[in-house]
Amino acid sequence: MKSFRLYGVLIACMAISSALFSPLQAAGLEAFDFSGNVDETRFKSLIAELRCLVCQNQSLADSDADLAHDLRREVYELMDQGKSNQEIVDYLVARYGDFVLYNPPVKPETWILWYGPFGLLAVGFFILLYTVRQRKRQPEADFSEQEKERLKQLLGDDNNNGDKPA
Amino acid sequence: MPAFFRYLVPLLAFLALVALLFKGLGIDPKRVPSPLIDKPAPAFNLPKLKQPQQSLSNADLEGKVSLLNVWATWCVACRQEHPLLVQLSKSGVPIYGLNYKDQRPAAEQWLQRFGDPYVANAFDAEGRVGIDWGVYGTPETFIIDKQGIIRHKHIGPLTRDAIEREILPLVKKLREEKG
Repeated sequence: MKSFRLYGVLIACMAISSALFSPLQAAGLEAFDFSGNVDETRFKSLIAELRCLVCQNQSLADSDADLAHDLRREVYELMDQGKSNQEIVDYLVARYGDFVLYNPPVKPETWILWYGPFGLLAVGFFILLYTVRQRKRQPEADFSEQEKERLKQLLGDDNNNGDKPA
Repeated sequence: MPAFFRYLVPLLAFLALVALLFKGLGIDPKRVPSPLIDKPAPAFNLPKLKQPQQSLSNADLEGKVSLLNVWATWCVACRQEHPLLVQLSKSGVPIYGLNYKDQRPAAEQWLQRFGDPYVANAFDAEGRVGIDWGVYGTPETFIIDKQGIIRHKHIGPLTRDAIEREILPLVKKLREEKG
């Protein structure tokens, strides 16, 4: 009986929280009219690639910041004027810099970002190769007659004594 | 040689990584470098805050070293910065305001209550000029040289320290440049 009541409370909590939070999240983004020139799919994919500068880990598509609203409207209007994706991206980069892009361009300042991981991988590979070669080059264990005798004795002792403690 | 590789190389790699991460901690991700530095100030022409029938444009800034301060009454950090602007204006640096996405009566009231450090304010109700200037977090302050070129951008509220170390020395240096 008690556990039933607990489940009831849990389900009520879940219902309340989903009722409270999902409509709020959905209400954050404005409704655009896609009946005109602006292609909805293109618009949505474009704003998903652009970063909001206020809440930096969100794209323009996700963010509810005031600036994100303004920039979404700006992107919409530029698309409405027939601008290409590249023109719109250039427009924003001219104002906010490459930071506004989730996919930064390849240029000297971003070489480390683009090629760094491959560089590290190459370094790791060479270290591995070097280590393996060094190991191979090491001579096989070569024992003198005396050592061989002693070794045989030890191994023989071990065989004879089994696992009795010494 | 093997001892060198086995001990010194990992140690050096570790120290390099520590240095890199430590430097990363010191960088403020909220300070996005502006692509507008050393470029002509974006053109604008907006009604003035106090005299809506008059307009303020880039032309008003030319021929002198000036500051352009982006502010709004809804911006808490602007309130904190304001007394410093009032002081700074008394030291003879012309400060222009870009009143960003604000209400005219609220902005006028603010200037009456807390003092008006601005030579003039441009009233950017929709924030369009703000976008052209790459504004993303008020307050922001630009230093513009005699040719109308942006030479510096301070993001966030000015502090006494920032005024003494960045703003005033740069204004002095720019004033000595040929106009």
